[in-house]
Amino acid sequence: MRAVFFLGFVSAVSTLVAQHSFTPADVENGGRVYRGNCLNCHGPDGDFIPNVDFSHGKFLRAVTDDDIAQVIIHGIAGAGMPAHNFTQQQADLVVAYVRSLAMSAGHYSPAAGDKTRGKAIVESKGQCLTCHRISGNGSRVGPDLSDIGGFRRAGELAQSLVEPDAEIAPENRFFRVVMRNGTTFTAKLLNQDTFTMQFMNPNEQLVSLQKSDIREYTFLSKSPMPSYKDKLSSQELADVVSYLISLKGEDKP
Amino acid sequence: MNLRVLLLAVVTGSLPAQVSFDRILQANQEPQNWLTYSGTTMSQRHTPLTQITPQNVKNLEMQWMYQARSLEKFEATPLVVDGIMYTVQAPNDVMALDAVTGRLFWMYSYAPAVEARPCCGRVNRGLAILGDTLYMGTIDAHLLAIDAKNGKPLWNVQVAKPQSGYALTHAPLVVKDKVIVGTAGGEFGIRGYIAAYDAKTGREVWRFYTIPGPGEPGHETWQNDAWKTGGGSVWVTGSYDPDLNLTYWGIGNPGPDWNGDPRPGDNLYTDSVVALDADTGKLKWYYQFSPHDEFDYDSVQVPVLADMDWQGRARKVMLWANRNGLFYVLDRTTGQFLLGKPFVKVNWMDGFDEKGRPKRVAGKTPSAEGTQIFPGNQGGTNWYSPSYSARTGLFYIPSWVEYDSTYFKIPAEYKEGERYTAGAPRSTIGGSNAPGGPLTRLDEEGHGAVRAMDPKTGAMKWEFKMADVTDAGILTTDSDLLFTGGRDGYFFALDARNGELLWKVTIGGRAQNGPMSYSVSGKQYVAFAAGNSLFSYALK
Repeated sequence: MRAVFFLGFVSAVSTLVAQHSFTPADVENGGRVYRGNCLNCHGPDGDFIPNVDFSHGKFLRAVTDDDIAQVIIHGIAGAGMPAHNFTQQQADLVVAYVRSLAMSAGHYSPAAGDKTRGKAIVESKGQCLTCHRISGNGSRVGPDLSDIGGFRRAGELAQSLVEPDAEIAPENRFFRVVMRNGTTFTAKLLNQDTFTMQFMNPNEQLVSLQKSDIREYTFLSKSPMPSYKDKLSSQELADVVSYLISLKGEDKP
Repeated sequence: MNLRVLLLAVVTGSLPAQVSFDRILQANQEPQNWLTYSGTTMSQRHTPLTQITPQNVKNLEMQWMYQARSLEKFEATPLVVDGIMYTVQAPNDVMALDAVTGRLFWMYSYAPAVEARPCCGRVNRGLAILGDTLYMGTIDAHLLAIDAKNGKPLWNVQVAKPQSGYALTHAPLVVKDKVIVGTAGGEFGIRGYIAAYDAKTGREVWRFYTIPGPGEPGHETWQNDAWKTGGGSVWVTGSYDPDLNLTYWGIGNPGPDWNGDPRPGDNLYTDSVVALDADTGKLKWYYQFSPHDEFDYDSVQVPVLADMDWQGRARKVMLWANRNGLFYVLDRTTGQFLLGKPFVKVNWMDGFDEKGRPKRVAGKTPSAEGTQIFPGNQGGTNWYSPSYSARTGLFYIPSWVEYDSTYFKIPAEYKEGERYTAGAPRSTIGGSNAPGGPLTRLDEEGHGAVRAMDPKTGAMKWEFKMADVTDAGILTTDSDLLFTGGRDGYFFALDARNGELLWKVTIGGRAQNGPMSYSVSGKQYVAFAAGNSLFSYALK
């Protein structure tokens, strides 16, 4: 079943970046330069710098391969990115490697699905907006998906649909809370400190509690999201992924 | 006017007196003052003041707050001398404040050279005083003497080259007629040293390199030319034992930080404590906590000196909770290893040999694919001051519990003045420079605590758990109070005997310095910094 989602790697890559063609040797050599010069600040997955995430194709201002190469060579004054004494060829190798980071995880082609059909499933059959929110519609209790395509890879989204418990991001953690007076509820943890906790409850209410009033609180390692493995066909799942990956936050109200 | 001054002197019963070294040695005889970074040269960060008690601590209220004109972390511990507070606004503005009102008498702003490049914030941890002179190290590696009356600079010497990554961030230590400082820069391939300067003139009297040169004992623990760029930084204030005439300093990590390949060997005296003759700077003994460190386990903690009964006889010891996750007791006369035990989860070592050398666990070393190590890169504790109370007999540690980093190793080439770290540790918990945000971590993913250890056994007697980690030092009092704070923006008081929470206040910023206490006109104050501000509290 899941193999379906991991096809079409090569075609996806060519449409996504379609600028320079890189050989595996370029990527390997670029990786060497990257590890020696870039990894310390950017990290192995390229996501150490806020708002920059190479493995999700996120850059502060660069769009094209040539933009990236220029940033590598000249740096960004005032933003902490230093200039590098690289030749154009060396910079291009680093670009090859940086681009490869986005391709290597979640080998999945959004082209396999139809995003219009996917939108319809999300809004009706899938009942996704019962918990999620997209462009101002739906609930705030689950993660807002309005720009999910900007920072999640298709493969990750496909996995979350069929195995929602596999990876729950720390900001999406639900807790079961039992108060000293016996009241029990499930809510999303927004923040906490040594003495207090802040939640959003299922009615979208913001609730702040003193830990001294709480008898116990337990992280729910099982996500409140159901698995869609048997609820949607593989084509429907691909349609949903295609829709989600198209959401880049441009439609925000 | 003259009459008023005279009258004031008569009324307050004392004429302004110079801070002699005798006064610093006997600092506990004048507990209204705080004359050196950790309170006394024994560095226990413990005050004999008892006006604030477990019974009345709930009546503390803010007396004043000083909002720094600086967005840097406020890491300085203030000094207080006869009602005047001296401290530093980052990076290098020296201030004299009224300790009762927080009002400024004067400020001296030193402009560090643009070449200054401290690794981890343009910070300063405080001043030293001798006579009427204040001493400050600067982030561009100068040592300054400043007139405590008016803030005018008296002398200014360059200790090291900022262009090569050297900086001074800790409060200097005065011993006799000398001012002692050490150089930071362990992330830039420096060769660190500790140096003593004549307090009157700024002339260098002695220098101890934390990495031995050719022909010196310990040089054999380095190969190739690695000793030239081996780090060994110093960035927290040392201690002094007048009977032994020894000054003790913790030494930082070897460089490059996270890749030991270019520097085979134990890499002395990185990650060690050194005991130096205070007159000559000659090494009397050393103990290395983390031989051939690959995890940035700087041993820059404050050396806490205590005299206690040890297995039936009085012994001069040194208590040390190390960044590497282990709690130690050493004999401070000889350096003998007396006890070593983890105070948080540790997986890089597993026991000691008979001389106190840790046994490394095979495979626990940074790698290209990443290796998970406990404690993580910020350590089980770090530079934040611990406290020892002879009354409770307990040693109190600001601790990071269940905290790990995954260490990635990469090659690196030394270039003067550039970072030389050769790796990348990664953790769900950031260093103190990381932006604060909502905290949704689970306890088992790392949290902070005050841990109270019995030094005689290395056993934990109690723990006060925090949701977030802590970068705050600890102060204890003769009334058995413990003051500290944490990263989640509280400052609080615990019962030092059992860890019970007695009082707390939310101060909206990360507590990041060591709290201290003083009194003026019979009223006791507790001062601490959080965020960019300095606070002073006293009883209503």
